[in-house]
Amino acid sequence: MNPPETLNGNAVIRIENVRKVYNTGEVELRALDGVNLDVRRGEFVAMMGPSGSGKSTLMNILGALDHPSDGRYFLEDEDVGEMEQEDLADLRNRRIGFIFQSFNLLQRMTALQNVTLPMLYRVENRVGHATREEIAIAALESVGLGDRLYHRPNQLSGGQQQRVAIARALVNRPSLMLADEPTGNLDSKSSEEIMGILQNLNRQGVTIVMVTHEADIAKHARRVVCMRDGKIVSDGRAGAQNCLERKR
Amino acid sequence: MNIFEAMGLAWEALIQNKLRSFLTTLGVIIGVAAVILMIAISAGAEAVIAEQINALGANLVIVTATRGTPGRPPSLVYDDALAISKEVKGLTGVAAEQTVASQVIKWGTVNFETALLGTTPDFAKVRETPLETGRFFTQTDLDRKNKVIILGSKVAKDLFGETNPVDQEVLLGTTRLTVIGVLKPKGKVADTDYDDRVYIPLTVVYQRYLTQAMQLNRVRTIYAQVENKETMDSTLAQIKALLARQHAVPLDKPDFVVQTQQDIIQTQQATTETFRTLLAWVAAVSLLVGGIGIMNIMLVSVTERTREIGVRVSIGARPIDVRMQFLMEAIILSLFGGIVGVTGGVGGAWLFNETGAMRTEIVPWSLALAFASSALVGVFFGFFPANKAANLDPIEALRHE
Repeated sequence: MNPPETLNGNAVIRIENVRKVYNTGEVELRALDGVNLDVRRGEFVAMMGPSGSGKSTLMNILGALDHPSDGRYFLEDEDVGEMEQEDLADLRNRRIGFIFQSFNLLQRMTALQNVTLPMLYRVENRVGHATREEIAIAALESVGLGDRLYHRPNQLSGGQQQRVAIARALVNRPSLMLADEPTGNLDSKSSEEIMGILQNLNRQGVTIVMVTHEADIAKHARRVVCMRDGKIVSDGRAGAQNCLERKR
Repeated sequence: MNIFEAMGLAWEALIQNKLRSFLTTLGVIIGVAAVILMIAISAGAEAVIAEQINALGANLVIVTATRGTPGRPPSLVYDDALAISKEVKGLTGVAAEQTVASQVIKWGTVNFETALLGTTPDFAKVRETPLETGRFFTQTDLDRKNKVIILGSKVAKDLFGETNPVDQEVLLGTTRLTVIGVLKPKGKVADTDYDDRVYIPLTVVYQRYLTQAMQLNRVRTIYAQVENKETMDSTLAQIKALLARQHAVPLDKPDFVVQTQQDIIQTQQATTETFRTLLAWVAAVSLLVGGIGIMNIMLVSVTERTREIGVRVSIGARPIDVRMQFLMEAIILSLFGGIVGVTGGVGGAWLFNETGAMRTEIVPWSLALAFASSALVGVFFGFFPANKAANLDPIEALRHE
């Protein structure tokens, strides 16, 4: 299948008329109802909208964790819908870095082990144990946790845990980072730190798509996409305030 | 992820919950130990039988009396042995044997209790009990009721140490006897220690060690050695006919049993066969139960770690990676069970043997068999839970609390 003509080389994400429908008994729930979205390389996009607006569903589809019921998703010119299980895993492993509201670190492992994990699952360009640790240590140092390598998640603060999660998302050098309410469980000081790190990454060329419902957080992004009832209702900096007002 | 990395992940998960891992593998430990013990015990039982057969001597016909009834004791007598010796053709030797309660044997100040057997001159030949030194008693000794004695090797050693026992006088019970020979060591077979017993002429037993008139002349067993194996059947028939005539009983209702070594071998083999089949089932069932135990815990573990699986998938674990990790956990559990079970089985078999509780022989291939089946149990029972883990929906898994 050929990529659409309008897709230029700079687009990291292209979503075309994506629908996601859940059939729960008699009720048909349309989580996504015809979404179109382009994200170009180097953008920092905040996705806003009230609960149930479909932003998390969209994130899961972007993260190749979920499939749309209809429509197409191109990641760097490749049709994700056409991919096999193995390729999807490779996509999540090397091309997308995912961070979550609840951090999702493995509790029984140290920070270092958690950060090493994506390299363990890498299929191409594998590196040995020693190199993996070197890379993981460098990643943890880059988020300011060089002195917390052997701490387990329950020995770290929320902000520190999220920084470990960011280090983990970075070790395979993805071109796209997806953040699902990354500051939702953090105090404002930690939130600022995390946003600082994300902005830094963005300046280094990593494309970021972030779900949030806090205007303070959204203002770090240069583009705000507002969703409602499974549709994009506004796109652009101006939409942020609108989105929040509607929410009220 | 390569296989060693998968093993590493599995190992980390298992040591996280040491007690549970151990309890999970306990079933396999018991199963594997049971397999090894079962085979060791069967092999031991077979070895005992082989030794018993060897200890009997070759081409032997064994005549025993059936159990006596009140007022009518077992009916086999010394005269039966004499009759067989005289009338049955193709025999190279006939010996009669009577056992008596064990007696205290004494030489100088040394004394202890030992088993006593009264017999006839051919015993040495038909039962293949060669002499170390001296001679066996003769028909003359028997006829004259000479007070002579032949010692088993252990008795001779314990009683005389370095002294040559031949021509020495010993006291057996209340009777003085002259030692005329010492037997070569023959070893212990089942419950019989052939070296810890003494032999005296059957007639002396009647004269000095049996007091009840009823017992006089009675023998426990008659051994007849057949010259040629091919004539065994006709010899058996002759002996049966002769004894029926002697005892005035019908042939189809004899008060004696005539057996060959072959009969004894077959009876005992049938017994061990049943025994072995039973043990094999016990071992197989406990391995199966052990495997189900592993599957059960692995299923629980997959449910408990649903979120962990979701996280792994979200950072790029392929289904095969997840499957490999859980399969490895099951395999490591089973292999650990295999190792501990092999150790336990070998140790148990050794202990049985050492303490004399049961004769066992550890069979090397049984270790390989038990170990291989434990690995197989791991793969077989680990596969279903591992598959369940690999097929989890990542979003559901990530939402799992």
